[in-house]
Amino acid sequence: MRSDNHFRPSRRHVLGGAAAAGAMLAAPAVVRAQAKALKVAVVLPRSGLFAAAGQSCYRGAVVTPKVLADLGYSVELVHVDFESNVDVARTQTERAIAEGAQCVVGAFESGATLAMAQVCEQRQVPLIINIASVPQLTEQGYKYLVRNFLTNAQLVGNGLRLVKDLMAATSVPFKNAVFVHANDTFGTAQRAAMDRLFPAAEMPFPLLESIAYDPKAQDLAVEVTKIRALAPELVLVTTRSSDAIKLVRDMVRQRFEPKAIISPGSPGLYDEEFYQALGPLADFHLYNLPWANAKSPVTQALAAAYKTAHPTNRFEVDCFNAGFTFEAIMVGADAFKRAGTADGPTLMAAVKTTNIAEHVLTGGPIKFDEKGQNNNIQAAVVQNRNRTPTVVLPPDVAVAAPVLPMPPWQGRS
Amino acid sequence: MFTPMLSIWLNVVVQGVLTGLLYGLMALGLSAIFGVVRLVNFAHGEFAVVAMYAAFVLFRAFGLDPLIAMVPIAAVFFVVGFALQRMLINSFVGRPDHEQFILLVGLAIVLVNAVLIVFGPDAQPANLPYAFDSYEVGPLIIDKVRVFAAVAALAVCAVLFGFFRFTSTGTAIRACADNLIGAAVVGLDVRRLYAVTFGIGLACVGAAGSLMVTIADAVPSLGPAYTLLAFTIVIIGGLGSMAGALVAGLLIGVSEALAGFLIAPSMKSMFSFALLVAVLVLRPQGLLGKKPA
Repeated sequence: MRSDNHFRPSRRHVLGGAAAAGAMLAAPAVVRAQAKALKVAVVLPRSGLFAAAGQSCYRGAVVTPKVLADLGYSVELVHVDFESNVDVARTQTERAIAEGAQCVVGAFESGATLAMAQVCEQRQVPLIINIASVPQLTEQGYKYLVRNFLTNAQLVGNGLRLVKDLMAATSVPFKNAVFVHANDTFGTAQRAAMDRLFPAAEMPFPLLESIAYDPKAQDLAVEVTKIRALAPELVLVTTRSSDAIKLVRDMVRQRFEPKAIISPGSPGLYDEEFYQALGPLADFHLYNLPWANAKSPVTQALAAAYKTAHPTNRFEVDCFNAGFTFEAIMVGADAFKRAGTADGPTLMAAVKTTNIAEHVLTGGPIKFDEKGQNNNIQAAVVQNRNRTPTVVLPPDVAVAAPVLPMPPWQGRS
Repeated sequence: MFTPMLSIWLNVVVQGVLTGLLYGLMALGLSAIFGVVRLVNFAHGEFAVVAMYAAFVLFRAFGLDPLIAMVPIAAVFFVVGFALQRMLINSFVGRPDHEQFILLVGLAIVLVNAVLIVFGPDAQPANLPYAFDSYEVGPLIIDKVRVFAAVAALAVCAVLFGFFRFTSTGTAIRACADNLIGAAVVGLDVRRLYAVTFGIGLACVGAAGSLMVTIADAVPSLGPAYTLLAFTIVIIGGLGSMAGALVAGLLIGVSEALAGFLIAPSMKSMFSFALLVAVLVLRPQGLLGKKPA
């Protein structure tokens, strides 16, 4: 039985309710779009396997708002630790966006960045990659993603070219080489790039073998024995800091001394954790990466702010991770300033038209191609000297001459 | 006399043997507990990780070498194991397997999270002063830390085998393992012997964890991997067979090293499981296990 007093919604009521609900749902987006400072979620692996690098990026991020404020930008950062876990990266990015993040920066690790890219694409929030190199990131057609970092192919290609430059500069030839890499997302992508680019690079020595290892292995003794059996003069490595330590430790234990250990573009050999664990044994390793441009006023401002905020850390060691993280946040802040809104599509359109001439790392202006890739980043050859990364090539930016072959393990004080 | 390749092969085998001895010691505790109490300690690897952190803290705070710290850590673990068995686990003995499983998995989760809260998820290297040293014996180059750890593991195994063979408590424990009802009938205090066995099992894992920190960094996430490793070794060696655990530990250590060298280092752990499958198919009771009556 129906009661005549029962409330029966009319079409007008339904439309009114729908409009009110829509306004309520849209309110956070409107508030976000009208914000005065860009709210950026900085998603990094501050604990877990990649903690050393994540903490290094984080130290750069925490000083960024002040440096950017002096440059006329306004950002508010939300720091997120994804614990070196891809699933945590995905869920924490979702959460950060739900809580009002208008832009996401991260994530140092390629696997996690891929997971975050899917979230940002669905939520139409710009993802600005600080460090992550797998090609898929800019090859899968993501519209809400840009990368101010090198791809695996660029890393390896630059790395091989700089190895040639190094041989020419020192007149030290290599008879042969072995490539050793972690079998994680980054490492296998580096392997694919190496397989493709090494033959094309016409290197004056053969690549004897590529050896994959589990980055979570408790030691790399068997791997080093395998390398030793091949007796290479050059060991090319793609590592993280914890496994770079294990690799060198086992090389020293097994008294295996190649002419050089060179990373054609990977972390591990320049982390503070690496220097502290290995002491003098951390010296003379080489890596081909973009490095801080000491002549840039932005670099100088970041270095000064960094030294004040982190007196116990060294900017010289952190400048790669801190610099790229700073630059990623700067890209977002610059786009926000030009767009005048944090509305996702408008902000992303502004990000795509970025053109920042003065920035931290070596290379030309920060600009993105139609895929969202910055192709203006320039690598340098950096060598550990007295546990400090020192640019040794190219000559125009070098502050010391490269030492090759590296001195024996024994006798290092 | 030795070609370069032969000396490399020898090195690989020796590395495998030294690592295998440590694996064997770790699995020994699990085997002893199962052999007597008939309970699988699914928190075994987590206890090993707690021991690694204990050794790490003693080294960093007091400069106590893990090879020495192993003794007090094993003693503390014995007391913890004894108390744990008396107060918590004893009431689960004889209950359905799934109840025991849930209890011990719960305990493992508590241990891992406690370590995470105290130390965080990052790897903690002990950085011993002799961590980079090695011995050169003919064509062999052997890590000093691995030699020390393996010798210490052998010493612990010898003490354990001696205890079970030559002491009255050890003989009583073996009697419990062989015939529980018979042991109770002749007046043995089975509950106390269970507690002693659990204590011995944890003391073994305490010693193994202390030694592990000399060759690997302490990380909370190692717990489940060590439990799985110990469980694999115990099944290959034969559930309840302590000699079997040692033999299987050596077998896994050597096969992983050879597989890593011959095939691909990143695939070496696959061979432990291949070995496990082979043993389960060809000799389900394990290499040195007894056939069920």
